[in-house]
Amino acid sequence: MIHSPYIRKPASVQRVMGLVLLALMPGVAAYAYKVGAGILVNLAIATLTAIAAEALVMSLRKRPVAIAVTDLSAVVTAWLVALCFPPIVPWWLLVTAVLVAIVVAKHLFGGLGQNPFNPAMVAYCSMIVAYPALMSQWPPAGGLSFETQFGLILGGARDVDGMTGATALDALRTGLRSGTGGVDAVMQGSAFGFLGGRGWEWISLGYIAGGALLLLTRTITWHMPAAFIGALALISGLFWLVDPGRFASPLFHLASGGAMLAAFFIVTDPVSGATTPRGKLIFAAGVALIAWLIRTFGAYPEGIAFGVLLMNLCVPLIDMKTQPRVFGHRGQGNSR
Amino acid sequence: MITRLFKFHGGIKPDAHKHESAGAPIQRAPLPSRLIVPLRQSTRATARRIVEVGQQVLKGQRIGEPEGFLGTAVHAPTSGTVIDFGRYTMAHASGLETRCVVIQPDGEDRWIEHAPFDAEADGREATLAWLRDCGLVGLGGATFPSHVKLGKGSGVDTLILNGAECEPWITCDDRLMRERADDILAGARILFRLIGARELVIGIEDNKPEAIEAMRAAAQRAGDAVRIQPVPALYPAGGEKQLIRVLTGIEIPYGKLGADYGVQCFNVGTAHAVYRAIAHGEPLVSRIVTLTGNVARPGNWEVLIGTPIDELLPLAEPRPDTNRYLMGGPMMGFALPRLDVPVVKGSNCIISASPTLLPPPPPEQPCIRCTECAKACPAELQPFELYWFSRSKNFGKAQEYHLFDCIECGCCAYVCPSHIPLVDYYRFAKSEIWARERDKAAADQARERFEFRNYRQEREKEEKAAKLAAKAAETRAKLSSEAGEPAAGAAAAPAETEDPKKALIAAALARAQAQKAESQPRNTDNLSPETQAEIAQIEARRKAQAGDTPPPADGAVATDTPAPAETEGSPRP
Repeated sequence: MIHSPYIRKPASVQRVMGLVLLALMPGVAAYAYKVGAGILVNLAIATLTAIAAEALVMSLRKRPVAIAVTDLSAVVTAWLVALCFPPIVPWWLLVTAVLVAIVVAKHLFGGLGQNPFNPAMVAYCSMIVAYPALMSQWPPAGGLSFETQFGLILGGARDVDGMTGATALDALRTGLRSGTGGVDAVMQGSAFGFLGGRGWEWISLGYIAGGALLLLTRTITWHMPAAFIGALALISGLFWLVDPGRFASPLFHLASGGAMLAAFFIVTDPVSGATTPRGKLIFAAGVALIAWLIRTFGAYPEGIAFGVLLMNLCVPLIDMKTQPRVFGHRGQGNSR
Repeated sequence: MITRLFKFHGGIKPDAHKHESAGAPIQRAPLPSRLIVPLRQSTRATARRIVEVGQQVLKGQRIGEPEGFLGTAVHAPTSGTVIDFGRYTMAHASGLETRCVVIQPDGEDRWIEHAPFDAEADGREATLAWLRDCGLVGLGGATFPSHVKLGKGSGVDTLILNGAECEPWITCDDRLMRERADDILAGARILFRLIGARELVIGIEDNKPEAIEAMRAAAQRAGDAVRIQPVPALYPAGGEKQLIRVLTGIEIPYGKLGADYGVQCFNVGTAHAVYRAIAHGEPLVSRIVTLTGNVARPGNWEVLIGTPIDELLPLAEPRPDTNRYLMGGPMMGFALPRLDVPVVKGSNCIISASPTLLPPPPPEQPCIRCTECAKACPAELQPFELYWFSRSKNFGKAQEYHLFDCIECGCCAYVCPSHIPLVDYYRFAKSEIWARERDKAAADQARERFEFRNYRQEREKEEKAAKLAAKAAETRAKLSSEAGEPAAGAAAAPAETEDPKKALIAAALARAQAQKAESQPRNTDNLSPETQAEIAQIEARRKAQAGDTPPPADGAVATDTPAPAETEGSPRP
């Protein structure tokens, strides 16, 4: 017997995930145009792996396969993995990463809606720990032809010094640590554009456009992106003001690495993130803070993934402590 | 007048579907072949039947007496014969039964003699009693007795009439406001005086411009200082607490009544019925019901209470692909398990549903914690948390997260992209908690009874022991006073030092000895002086023969304690 309500908004998980994929398109387009079409190959590999893994695990778990595959959640995970990996990683690395995301991070914890950690970030962190060298080789924007990228993806020989370079974040760190000069001197290097990494500003703009779409369609709320961007700008700005020679500017931080991808697509993952309005602010700000700490003082070039995983751990506590007040209970000491 | 409207959190804007039936004027439904009139017409109170099977009744004749604080009277909706009395299935999601009087109409619809009630002259208490005796309950759906809601006649500043009618499809209040605005206002004035309010506000959703206009015109005609306030059409703006919030900014938490916050709310239909009851002396025997949905002739009908729904439905001409009927709106209503159930005072709408009009929900998917439900919840809850807790039967946590503040409006389930029937989970959790509380109350009662029984038994045992001890002590005292020191010393010494059981034994022994003492000398009691003298002689002889050895007093009774027997039993010469 079916009970009320008998009418439903035409909404579905598939629609939500489809919208996220659509919102990723501008960033992907800018990526393919500025850095190279290798990313499209990687997206295809990741998508196919994710769908196959999702179908396999669901059939092993004796759950309906068709619904799980068509809800597009695995595809979103796959795209996020591909987008935060270097576009020239060998195919087997990407396949392994997606398998880690879908099988380990998602289904071993109970599947859609049950994973405490962001699957894409679990994949990123395990791979950067396991294959730090491969995960650090980024092609200079527009520096590699599609054929070269495709060859590298298929496992071709790597002439690391000649073909690939470090990201802007990486270059800045190594530059600063080698003691050749301050931020300004290091940023004269070829890896840097007018804000962050050369060419990457456009990709960031693409992600911002997609984020705007998600905000307009109310797929995400303003809390997470605002808190993430605000906190990252605040903490980097403070240190930059104190010592601009040693610390990069807030704009550099925001335009570099995966900051915009993270602000609109990664910290906003509903399943593993905080859910209350105040909790979302705390969660995203925490990710930004940890990311800045790792970028500035840590051993890895990018810290967002670790920030996300660490804050994922805090989500139950954050949610519990930030429950909004309930109708009629205003100012009665019921807000926790 | 500048009025500020307040907002409530969340809410949804489903397709209103009002136009189907909103244009159809109220028509009087034809007399059905029989009327099944439930005696339970208000929340939690069943009236006492006062008619017999075979009895002729007139329209408006009382057939049930109000019982209890929440009771209201029940009346015959038309003239006819009482043909049955018994349990009939109600319009209820679970098909519950209740006691009903079945009346076969005689077709004349003849009123019992009735006269207007002079509310001014008879005073407040009498007016409330009159409303109770007219069977006045809230017509918004909850059927709460109006005379109870009118309360003490003080402390309520704002009277709100609820004409929001926020659920899709339903248009009965809309039509009533359009067609009988003057009567509604007159009823509102009666309620206003009874409740002692200072301000009267009528809240109507702004998707009913004709109703707003009609009410404004009526207010102008009457020269009333009433505020006809359009409110944004946002489900569930017609929920009592939501409407109060929108109009006054006051939030009434779960478990509290509007009256506690100086505001009271009545449905426009109730105001109309109050007017009929006071100005015409007519008890509440009919209401407006919207018949709509998958039908050829959607409309609004004035229907006698007790009319079986299957006799009502043909008026709307349901289409052949209709697969079920909903009572109430699509957000909070329920599918009727059967159709031979009567219209009751809370029945505002019957929607004919087809698989295309109200399709079954897509399969349930896992919750992705997208918080769409939290954004839509007018009670500002975190519905997905309640869902997790209800699903895992973590009811304590569910209550901690204010499960009972949920008004079951259905907004969360409406917006859920995973198509989870969220409200069902809350209903399940609530009923489980109620069941557990009932079980716990029963268990507590049983435990208390058991503990009291134990306590009583223990107490009785102690009382018995104390009584025995007292008796023993008394006996000992008596014995010692009768028989002197040796007996008292022998019996009292252990009694003082040992536990009561030993004292009891000692007392028993003492009693036995006393008895023996009483019985033993019986041979020698009441003897003539001659016989006594003879015995004394024999004793003296024995003593002389046996030397110092004391002879047994009685050879047949050998006792462990010969000494007292001797001292007491043998009267020494």
